[in-house]
Amino acid sequence: MISVVLPAHLRALAGVNGDLELEVNGPVTRHSILDALEARYPMLRGTIRDHVAGERRPMLRFFACGEDVTHEPADSLLPSEVATGAEPFYIIGAIAGG
Amino acid sequence: MSTVRVLVGTRKGAFILTSDGKREKWDVSGPHFAGWEIYHVKGSTVDPNRIYASQTSGWFGQIIQRSDDGGKTWFQPGTPAGEPTTTPDGMPKGESNKFAYDTSAETGKPLTTHQFYDGTPHPWEFKRVWHLEPSLDDPGTVYAGVEDAALFRSTNGGQSWEELPGLRGHGTGSQWQPGAGGMCLHSILLDPKDKNRIFVAISAAGAFRSDDAGATWKPINKGLHSQYIPDQTAEVGHCVHHIALHPADSKVLFMQKHWDVMRSNDAGDSWHEISGNLPTDFGFVIDVHAHEPETVFVVPIKSDGEHFPPDGKLRVYRSRTGGNEWEALTNGLPQSNCYVNVLRDAMAVDSLDSCGVYFGTTGGQVYASANGGDSWAPIVRDLPAVLSVEVQTLT
Repeated sequence: MISVVLPAHLRALAGVNGDLELEVNGPVTRHSILDALEARYPMLRGTIRDHVAGERRPMLRFFACGEDVTHEPADSLLPSEVATGAEPFYIIGAIAGG
Repeated sequence: MSTVRVLVGTRKGAFILTSDGKREKWDVSGPHFAGWEIYHVKGSTVDPNRIYASQTSGWFGQIIQRSDDGGKTWFQPGTPAGEPTTTPDGMPKGESNKFAYDTSAETGKPLTTHQFYDGTPHPWEFKRVWHLEPSLDDPGTVYAGVEDAALFRSTNGGQSWEELPGLRGHGTGSQWQPGAGGMCLHSILLDPKDKNRIFVAISAAGAFRSDDAGATWKPINKGLHSQYIPDQTAEVGHCVHHIALHPADSKVLFMQKHWDVMRSNDAGDSWHEISGNLPTDFGFVIDVHAHEPETVFVVPIKSDGEHFPPDGKLRVYRSRTGGNEWEALTNGLPQSNCYVNVLRDAMAVDSLDSCGVYFGTTGGQVYASANGGDSWAPIVRDLPAVLSVEVQTLT
């Protein structure tokens, strides 16, 4: 199981409290985590990746083990600590006021 | 005893304000969808307990919410609470949030660009739903006006959406350009006397009409005069802020344009100005009395650069003559140091015998008049900035 930290607004939308735990089949990448997340919580489809183009929404970033992986290829392997669930995968909304 | 339900969309959530027919004491519920921008909330006239909401965010995109119990509980129509999260063939649900522009060959005119602010071609990019308009005869059918401007329709209660591409593709789409608020389709009027007739308005393109249930469209902007475009009487390019009609005479349309208050007596084929003695003819909202087709309400705003009431006085103006002759309605409204705005979808009327009029401000007040505008009182004073106000009259 891997652990995912969502922004508060998306936790409310998905109806969950705290961190999520997800089963990811195969290599643990940003792509496979988001696929698993959207399959488990379909109400999040379109909120992290654009519904049509499938691309990251511009005001969201991804972090793993303290590293910004936002601009890494979506199919790059994430650190083993994320793959084993020892460290969470962070989805973070940019701070833009309001 | 009648009940009035006021549906309020704000920058940080939705609120539902409920009262009996006296409209003196109000129950306030909310915030629903706290922290999200709620551009519009509107109920079906066929099934008033069915309410649609546009929940949106610059971070997380567009969400469509629906309630089937008058706003007590909500769900995304593509993902009903408690149901499996995948379809029988294993596909994930969640399609209710998907607004994909039609690029099929069947449209015949696969437009790919409109004009940006500087006149350069710019691709269509979906941003949000500004307005939801439930069908007048089917609670499962609802229209969505979106930014970048296009019209979508759902026939399954908001579960999935399809563009009506004849609007974007009728021929002038490549000339449309955004107004300050974006290139949004913000007004949708369904003709109660002709189910094939639909009016829409777009900033900053103008007004358009379909006479075949949304399949084909034409601009209806003759008579509009806009100083901010090179050809001031062009077929499109006018920044229409809102349009309204009265169900008893749906050939008569009223328009609050960027500047100018306008009227059409022929379903938009031609327009003439009715600003008359207004202190300024800039503004956003316009609406019509429930029982008096010639009684019209506007809220004049000082200018396009100063989005607040003239002289710091919040005044609704009412014409009982279909325009040109306007009276200021001030009883109960702040008459000093008031610098709020009233946005385009933030006024509505109820249909009780003594017509109620409601509007919300960017300062978070929702004002109500239970006597056609003669006097006003705030229902609430301190909500987030109000984006939209709709009213349901329940019996």
